[in-house]
Amino acid sequence: MNRILPVLAVLAAILAIWYVAVVPMNAGWTVAQAERAGQELTFPDLVADTMDQDRPRLPAPHQVAAELKKTVLDTKVTSKRSLVFHGWITLQSTLWGFALGTVVGIGMAVSIVYSRTANMSLMPWAIISQTIPIVAIAPMIIVVLATLGVEGRTVPKAIISAYLCFFPVLVSMVKGLRSPGPMQIDLMKTYSASAGQTFWKLRLPASVPYLFTSLKVGIAAALVGTIVGELPTGAIQGLGARILIGDQFGNPLMIWSALIAAACLAGALVSIVAVLQSLALQRMGYAR
Amino acid sequence: MTLVFPAFVLWMAAWWLNTRIAGSSLASSYAGRVAVPVVFGLTVLAIWELVVRGLDVSQVILPAPTVIAETLADETGTLWIDFRQTALKGAISGYVIGCLAAFSVALAIDRSPYLRRGLLPIGNFVAALPIVGIAPILVNWFGFDWQSKAAVVVVMVFFPILVNTVQGLADTAAMQRDLMRTYSASYWQTLLKLRLPAAMPFVFNGLKIATTLALIGAIVAEYFGSPTRGMGFRISTSVGTLELAMVWSEIAVTALAGTLFYGAVTLVERWVTFWHPSQR
Repeated sequence: MNRILPVLAVLAAILAIWYVAVVPMNAGWTVAQAERAGQELTFPDLVADTMDQDRPRLPAPHQVAAELKKTVLDTKVTSKRSLVFHGWITLQSTLWGFALGTVVGIGMAVSIVYSRTANMSLMPWAIISQTIPIVAIAPMIIVVLATLGVEGRTVPKAIISAYLCFFPVLVSMVKGLRSPGPMQIDLMKTYSASAGQTFWKLRLPASVPYLFTSLKVGIAAALVGTIVGELPTGAIQGLGARILIGDQFGNPLMIWSALIAAACLAGALVSIVAVLQSLALQRMGYAR
Repeated sequence: MTLVFPAFVLWMAAWWLNTRIAGSSLASSYAGRVAVPVVFGLTVLAIWELVVRGLDVSQVILPAPTVIAETLADETGTLWIDFRQTALKGAISGYVIGCLAAFSVALAIDRSPYLRRGLLPIGNFVAALPIVGIAPILVNWFGFDWQSKAAVVVVMVFFPILVNTVQGLADTAAMQRDLMRTYSASYWQTLLKLRLPAAMPFVFNGLKIATTLALIGAIVAEYFGSPTRGMGFRISTSVGTLELAMVWSEIAVTALAGTLFYGAVTLVERWVTFWHPSQR
């Protein structure tokens, strides 16, 4: 309780600030409407109207909640108006990108740990690759893959996700695979263990705690990658596409509900990895 | 096909060279540490060139590095205008405002343990969210010019720096704080002489993460509306007209800008946190 209470208090404060901000943000429209109609506006009228506009500059929280209820609960899951449907599209590429990024990250980490040449050649470029803003590449990946005849958008979005996701995995795995001390490596040598045995029985298990920490960062990054992949490229399905379409049709409620849905998805994904982490670590005997 | 074979040979030769450098006494010297990645990068460029020319890859799919370099040289003026609009006006001003705001909020939060326990989990959560999604909203609020880009950057860099600073300010040992108390140091003295310096490695961690986020934010925001200049604007219009050499030149500029920006922050970090074990 001691840990949840402050969080709830801060959340309540954010909600309150949000409600207060709604009034000045939307007042312009209300005042203009009233002037045109030649009406006198009382302050309560003004507040009530700012909370209930069709196209507010800043929608009130309850409007976003209503829109979420409409598009999540009251719409059939298979419908193109359902946020669950769009969330599913986004989730698919996120998971593909996450898988691809994790495999690439682990593969590169293994080669970096075992080969000095790979370490010296690859590591600086891996760091530089992350300073390139992925969004600069996103539109091009999609156009190029379309020219190459790759159907659909799952593959390009997954590649963008993987690009963002592989780096944290790579860095942590290099650290993790190198974490066994000289004593432990020597012990394996006295067992006359082969390189493969040392890898499977010592280095890999030792790297698992590092791996899971980076997976939590990685899956959040993968979701960001997918949404970035959907934003600038005229996608029509997925949470990023909802944001894009909401922007093009001047429908802020659509943008806000998609944003909240994306936030919930991110939270759920990170929590799932966290649960897997504690299960795996418990089973492997890393006492917590 | 004739050029693909040399590409393969070149790859083997370069790898052999790098293995030799990595295995020799040069490996621990500064020259060796720079030479190996440079050889690797140049080899990738050369192979790219050979494969594109050898397999006759269409310019619409992947332009050769020489073609990109030509575009880079021809379009310097345009690229500079775009760079000024996106990186200098949008990203840097947003970065500075966001960092200052996050830093001040972190100092304020730090005075109340209750607030810290409430905000830290939320900040951690928000730092993992796809915040880029708010770009269209902020472009709607602040207009098409660089102000909206800076606003997106402010929001994107705010939480990583906030979380890192708050964590850093908590990173002093009880012994050290007690020592300050025996000196009867005031809150501000403890803050300035002990806790802020101790927090700097964390703060710079956040600042470094934020450099990349700043460029991403400024570019994404341009996809939702911008004046007819800017790197994001140029990339999206050039992709539309399939001028991929132009897109790649912009990417080269963003990569260079991103690396320099990151490098600059790292240099400042080295200067500020010279005492930290990771810098020695």
